[in-house]
Amino acid sequence: MYRRPRIIPSLLLKEGGLVKTQKFENPRYLGDPVNAVKIFNNKGVDELCVLDITATREGRGPDFDLLHDIATEAFMPLSYGGGVTTLEEIRRLFAIGYEKVVLNTALVANPQLVRDAVAYAGSQSIVASIDVKSDFLGRAACYTNDGQVKTSYTPARLAAYAQELGVGEILLNSINRDGQMKGYDIALVKSVADAVDIPVIACGGCGSIDDLRQVLEEGHAHAAAAGSFFVYYGRNKAILITAPTESDYLNAGIYEDD
Amino acid sequence: MIVILDYGMGNVGSIQNMIRKIGCRDVIISRDPIAVENADKLILPGVGAFDMGMESLERFGLIPLIRAHALEKGRPLLGICLGMQLLGERSEEGNLPGLGLLPFRCVRFAPPADSGLKVPHMGWDRTYIQADTPLTAGLEAKERYYYVHSYHAVCEDPSAVLMTCDYDGTFPSALYHGSVYGVQFHPEKSHLYGMKLLKNFVERC
Repeated sequence: MYRRPRIIPSLLLKEGGLVKTQKFENPRYLGDPVNAVKIFNNKGVDELCVLDITATREGRGPDFDLLHDIATEAFMPLSYGGGVTTLEEIRRLFAIGYEKVVLNTALVANPQLVRDAVAYAGSQSIVASIDVKSDFLGRAACYTNDGQVKTSYTPARLAAYAQELGVGEILLNSINRDGQMKGYDIALVKSVADAVDIPVIACGGCGSIDDLRQVLEEGHAHAAAAGSFFVYYGRNKAILITAPTESDYLNAGIYEDD
Repeated sequence: MIVILDYGMGNVGSIQNMIRKIGCRDVIISRDPIAVENADKLILPGVGAFDMGMESLERFGLIPLIRAHALEKGRPLLGICLGMQLLGERSEEGNLPGLGLLPFRCVRFAPPADSGLKVPHMGWDRTYIQADTPLTAGLEAKERYYYVHSYHAVCEDPSAVLMTCDYDGTFPSALYHGSVYGVQFHPEKSHLYGMKLLKNFVERC
């Protein structure tokens, strides 16, 4: 049996720097994103997701120069999200070495862009990012514009809608769990993974390798993404960019190989 | 000179990055007819939909150039992902005929609902080498590569199957005939495994 679910570091960009947030707020500067990508490349990370968290807020498109520098160092699958509003930007992202484009705000604000992107690039290259925040009563709603704008969609409904638009996978973020390192929102992940046929990448809350195992097994996630888990070390959150080894994943029961 | 065909369909930059990393500087991204006609080796990349790929090749006048490169000149050609699929005869994804340089067609994955298998087939997967060619020289019997695809090759001619992969059954994940090679996976995104394969294409094919 060969089983190798994708474990994906999620790298957040702000003003050209690599940052990490908590609940989508308070970005902490970590360093140079290109250096981080070099480290992940040497560690043999399976895939990277790069998200510019202020592009939409600032009403601008992708920072192509920086994204090009990142892609030059990344010999693994790369996805990019943040401020993408035109097909031309999507075309340029593929041209500089990104396999997948992540759309979030466009899902609600401009679904035609999502359809056009799928028609242009194929389902497998377009990812819908669904950002979910639960209120104090536990009611989950989807947000756009980097968690700034609340929509009327529940997570399962927006996921089903994204699937209808033709996207190939869903990146499901829990805003409440972002940066908390206390585990994924398993119920949320399961509710979305079970509502669609396309793969769901769970994100938000990972603090340990066992959290990864749990969200893949119990949350029915197809893949797992994490931020803090790959950039912080120890209780005081010292910055240390690293990744588990192949045998760590095998020992944790995440990979299987006979 | 190696020419990576630029027809507006995808990951040309990452292929060039990896070929340069291997140590080959003589590689360009182009659709200029003079460059393509003079290329020692061609790489046909591609991310996207089948018909859009064929339409783009047609629009840029590349179809006769690719065919001449492979058939008349017998020079090495490597199709990657959609680029591989375009080398075949046809695909369920589209209505246009493919380039017809390799004897296969593409069909959509249709795993049973209770299999838990998702479409697209996406991620790293074990890949089994079935034939000894310059492209596969020195590779190990079990390599792993990164895949992203919703359609897969079906080939009735076993002599054209270079590698296989298992996903809802075994399918050919690399095909070849003479100097024409197609790989469904993305060597340019498969770390050192992909690097070994592209190095073979650059140095041995």
